Amino acid sequence: MKWRSLILAALRSIARNKLRSLLTMLGVIIGVGAVIALMALGRGSQADIQAQIAGLGTNLLIIHPTSSQTAGVRAGSGTLNTLEIGDVVILEENATLLQDVSPVIRVQEQVIAGSSNWNTQVNGVSVSYRQIRNHLMESGEFFSERDVKTRNKVAVLGRTVANELFPGQDPVGVQIRIRNVPFTVIGVLQSKGQSSMGQDQDDIILAPWSTVLYRLSDGKTVRTIMASAVSEEQMDEAKAEIRTLLREAHRIPAGGDDGFDIRDQSEINEMLTRITGTLTMLLSAIAGVSLLVGGIGIMNIMLVSVTERTREIGIRMAVGARPGDILLQFLIEAMILSLIGGIIGILAGVGGAQLLGALMGTAVMVSPLVICGSVAFTAAVGIFFGFYPARKASRLNPIDALRYE
Amino acid sequence: MDPIVLRDLSRTFAMGDTAVHALRGVSLTVARGEFVAIMGTSGSGKSTLMNLLGCLDQPTAGDYVLDGVHVSRLDRRQLADIRNQKIGFVFQGFNLLPRTSALENVELPLLYDRTGRIADPRRQALAALDRVGLGDRIHHEPARLSGGQQQRVAIARALINQPAILLADEPTGNLDTHTSVEVMAVFQELNRQGMTILLVTHEPDIACYARRIIELRDGRIVRDEPVAGPRLADSDLAAWPVSGGGRP
Repeated sequence: MKWRSLILAALRSIARNKLRSLLTMLGVIIGVGAVIALMALGRGSQADIQAQIAGLGTNLLIIHPTSSQTAGVRAGSGTLNTLEIGDVVILEENATLLQDVSPVIRVQEQVIAGSSNWNTQVNGVSVSYRQIRNHLMESGEFFSERDVKTRNKVAVLGRTVANELFPGQDPVGVQIRIRNVPFTVIGVLQSKGQSSMGQDQDDIILAPWSTVLYRLSDGKTVRTIMASAVSEEQMDEAKAEIRTLLREAHRIPAGGDDGFDIRDQSEINEMLTRITGTLTMLLSAIAGVSLLVGGIGIMNIMLVSVTERTREIGIRMAVGARPGDILLQFLIEAMILSLIGGIIGILAGVGGAQLLGALMGTAVMVSPLVICGSVAFTAAVGIFFGFYPARKASRLNPIDALRYE
Repeated sequence: MDPIVLRDLSRTFAMGDTAVHALRGVSLTVARGEFVAIMGTSGSGKSTLMNLLGCLDQPTAGDYVLDGVHVSRLDRRQLADIRNQKIGFVFQGFNLLPRTSALENVELPLLYDRTGRIADPRRQALAALDRVGLGDRIHHEPARLSGGQQQRVAIARALINQPAILLADEPTGNLDTHTSVEVMAVFQELNRQGMTILLVTHEPDIACYARRIIELRDGRIVRDEPVAGPRLADSDLAAWPVSGGGRP
């Protein structure tokens, strides 16, 4: 039996009943389309999240004090003020695996500029904070080491703060008051948008840590220390180094509780990837079910087709078609039916994903692997669901088939 | 070597508890180049014999040697190959594939030929259609052909695989008398060229174009004799009244 004539015969039979073939394919089209679209959206948002996490800063390490413990009662994270500005200096001077180190002294303050005011978070940081967090300047400039040394009252505004206090104006050079302390705005940060947790990363004011620590805070407590490791591969070594240095500085005996905690982005990254991965799998499973239903539709129509064409089967058997030839003919027909549906489904899925992506404002990533996978899967669906009808056809008795009316 | 040798062939069907004996020991030899008409009323077993001869069915007992091959004990697959290589079928209802051109219908058996013994199938098919006088209608679909033309396409299809025997099962059953005689003329011409033909019919007028008549009754051969002077379809057609009325 020649393949070319087999495929031609199948195509002809499909073309003979155009509407019926199309309706039969519809199940597969919807199934494949849904799989492709959902996978594309899922992967797109996964990539989005990863990009956002990378935007937090490269090789970022965050050092938090842990909870305080009074007579066995443990308070929440950060209640113990074990981190002090001295720790930052120790890390800066002694750590070999850290690129940059910056304290973060955080105060929530009412900020006044002329007639407008805004409540925001003021972070006292060092110059290197900008590199650690990948902040880019929109206008003006970031403060310098000299500003830190002289406790200069200068501030860099986040986009949201600039918008709220100076709608439609360039705030660079203007005076603002943070808890009655006058600060000069020297720059505006480029917008970072929302964090993956939905937090506005632009609702922030950055100022030299020394100014914030001594003017706005208690003069010693550091809320968080942020650092960047020299490379991604040495994150764990960098963590170990920080731990050793700080334990030494705090004179914690061996076996004693650290009193602080070092986190990196990989945990958040992993968690978010897992969540979106699970969602994608779930949605794909639902889409897979519709593909299954599509396959059953193909089986149904193939069974009808076998009955309708009993006489044709009889003729073919009479002139020498082996049972295997008949089996192959119907199997190929089911497979082609399914494959055409799959290809239309891929087009519909890619188109649908782009449309949905545009509407929802999320990224869309159509992976070639998923497309290849769904083509293979639809062919498999065709073979699986076409097998029973095809076998039924191949088992017909030629005498009965020839006499069938 | 005789193309058909039957030895005590019988076929029994189980219908519930009772056994129906469709054939009760048929022995028969058909020599190469014979033109045999198998006659009998309905229920005489001629259809059963036809199915067995055509390797569409298997005997319950007895032996069938077709062109030197013992086919009584072959499986479905092997029977399909035998049908493909040694038998040409012509049916009462033509049994052409609908919405498929005459040419493709004729080529159909070659689609299943695994021996590759027929070179250039397309030319063979065209030649076969030419032989039955349809060289100018190769792209016509069956629906656009008359009954006689359809049957001639079926004959061309039966010839394409160069079979050892041609089996015709009531080939004129759906045709008017003039067309019937035309079809018999085609058979007689093929027979003259050396084709062994077995024709099943219940019409004595058609059977007398053959050179040997076998009559079945209740599953047994009751008559097996040569036809003294077979009618010549060509002469009948030549003498046919212009009005095309009844049989001459």
